[in-house]
Amino acid sequence: MYIKTMAEYAANGETPEVLFWVGCAGSFDQRAQKITKAFATILDKVGVQFAILGKEESCTGDPARRAGNEFIFQMMAQNNIQLLNMYGVKKIVTACPHCFNTLKNEYPDLGGNYEVIHHTTFLQSLIDEGKIKLQGGGTFKGKKITYHDSCYLGRANDIYEAPRKVLEILDAELIEMKRCRSKGLCCGAGGAQMFKEEEKGTIRINADRGKEAVDTGATVIASNCPFCMTMLTDGVKESGKEDDVKVLDIAEMIAQSMA
Amino acid sequence: MRIVQELLFVILFAAAVYLFSKKVRQIRRNILLGRDKDLNDHPDLRWKNVFLLAFGQKKMFRNPLVAILHFFVYAGFLIVNIEILEIILDGILGQHRLFVPVLGSLYPVLVGAFEVLAALVLAGCAIFFVRRNILKLKRFISKDLDGWPRSDANYILITEIVLMVLFLTMNAADQALQARGVEHYAVTGNLLVSGLFTPLFSGFSDGTLVLIERGCWWLHIVGILCFLNYLPYSKHLHIILAFPNAYYASLEPKGEMENMPAVQQEVQLMLQPELAANAPASDTMPKFGAKDVFDLTWKNLLDAYSCTECGRCSAACPANITGKLLSPRKIMMDTRDRLEEVGRNITANGTFTDDSKTLLRDYIKEEELRACTTCNACVQECPVSISPLDIILQLRRHLVMEESNAPAEWTGMFSNIENNMAPWKFSMDDRDKWAMEING
Ligand code: SF4
Ligand code: SF4
Repeated sequence: MYIKTMAEYAANGETPEVLFWVGCAGSFDQRAQKITKAFATILDKVGVQFAILGKEESCTGDPARRAGNEFIFQMMAQNNIQLLNMYGVKKIVTACPHCFNTLKNEYPDLGGNYEVIHHTTFLQSLIDEGKIKLQGGGTFKGKKITYHDSCYLGRANDIYEAPRKVLEILDAELIEMKRCRSKGLCCGAGGAQMFKEEEKGTIRINADRGKEAVDTGATVIASNCPFCMTMLTDGVKESGKEDDVKVLDIAEMIAQSMA
Repeated sequence: MRIVQELLFVILFAAAVYLFSKKVRQIRRNILLGRDKDLNDHPDLRWKNVFLLAFGQKKMFRNPLVAILHFFVYAGFLIVNIEILEIILDGILGQHRLFVPVLGSLYPVLVGAFEVLAALVLAGCAIFFVRRNILKLKRFISKDLDGWPRSDANYILITEIVLMVLFLTMNAADQALQARGVEHYAVTGNLLVSGLFTPLFSGFSDGTLVLIERGCWWLHIVGILCFLNYLPYSKHLHIILAFPNAYYASLEPKGEMENMPAVQQEVQLMLQPELAANAPASDTMPKFGAKDVFDLTWKNLLDAYSCTECGRCSAACPANITGKLLSPRKIMMDTRDRLEEVGRNITANGTFTDDSKTLLRDYIKEEELRACTTCNACVQECPVSISPLDIILQLRRHLVMEESNAPAEWTGMFSNIENNMAPWKFSMDDRDKWAMEING
């Protein structure tokens, strides 16, 4: 498999079907890179013609904007929009709910209008089209899975069902946490919290959420966001269950189960 | 005697309406101190929100049991108001049960229905009182409510219970008088709830019964007029403001943050200096973010007056749940308290005179603002379409953009984004390392 960049497509006078927006976490964070690779592998296997921006991609500006630094957000956003518009990008898929939210909801005000899809929704449509086939039974058949709704996919954008639909084809047993869907508990990373220490409290948010997930008795926690991934992994560690309970992105679960 | 009563009633009524409208004008003035924001698009969607969220109480039904009790109290309140129309007309005209001849046999059915609602209101309020004071639900014992807010909630419940008892007692005495054919007491026929209690009044003389009936009538209507004037000072104002607040609720996806056109333009000129020649010159230095109530939008201020202090937001807030200082309910209560303080200042001085206080710091601490994960749980939970998050984000903008006040880690994150295009200090050249590994 060879992953092409927009620049390479453009050099040949072509445009790919869809741009895979990788995001900072997906690019640099070692754990999140695995999600990126898994999703790229799925796209390649089912024959979706896609490109990445590669070195030309920049932070969407989400953490800066939410921390209060609108200047840096605008600088990132306007640069990205110039680039995306130059390449004539129409359709973007991303595995990060923060990038998804910013590209989809905040770039249009600044002149960036694209069809933006989160990877879980994209996976669901691939499944609906019959393009994703699992190997006999699948790796997760019969396993207990609990799904963590990320705030930026769930409450912020009302996407609750697509990721659950994707999990359904794994034929696993989905156990909901008490706080799920629109009542879901944050992992603690949003709003630029990822980049600083938590304020003083009685417990860390990810420890609370990690415990809740572990207490369902699930052996896999399914997530859809690289930041939730980090927070939940730490949370599970804190409850001493890191050997029994794995945190996996939905894309990784599909990639592992595909024929 | 009758004319004295009529006169007294008209004076009382006019005074109550005058005082109420004066306070309403003040509140309107205070709300309009906020920054402009156009929220008149998509009237169809906005009306839909009014019907679903305000009339239909959609969000309340996230907890069906409480929703039903609240619905009784709310529906009772709305409909009992129709009954009050008759009471007011009776008071002004010196009549008794003006609508009996008009409505005929429909009258006892209608009033009976009101009575059932009154009884439900009574029961609902009694249960709410117990929940608040005896069962001590976590969101009601929170220290956000210490002092006046806690008493306020109880005063309202007690007043509603008393008003309903007065209404039912009045009707019961009235029916006893009708049965005896006492002059002036129009025959309505049996009333559904109060009819059950008329036997209790059989031992009284006509005079005593008239006294009870009149006494309850006066206390009931005077109580309602007092209640009307209490509303604007209380969290109970939500029974009025929930409606406009639902109309003006944000129609954007919850994840979208308000754009700042001033910054957008400035950055655009930085990136494309060739546009500068045509750019309109702005002579006023724009303010970034919000430090005080004046810098918030009028919708934020309307939110503050609409808050019922129910604490559903804080009960769902991850920061609050895990013991941080942040409580979105407190953000709303602080905003309202500060706005009321500014309003009193304006009323006293004609215009706002600097009091060397601001919403930021004198009311809301940096530590509270810093703890927010922007998860939107507060916005999701609020039954009256309030966004505490919107206020938090504007205050954060002020801290960072006007005061360059950010935790060191955030300052580092900002400069990483600026220099390396990513919040971490990684080389831009490594951004596609993962792809290179695949490509080999
Ligand atoms: S958005 Fe902020 S204030 Fe609201 S619930 Fe989440 S953390 Fe709490
Ligand atoms: S903001 Fe909404 S949810 Fe929070 S206390 Fe006020 S009314 Fe209740």
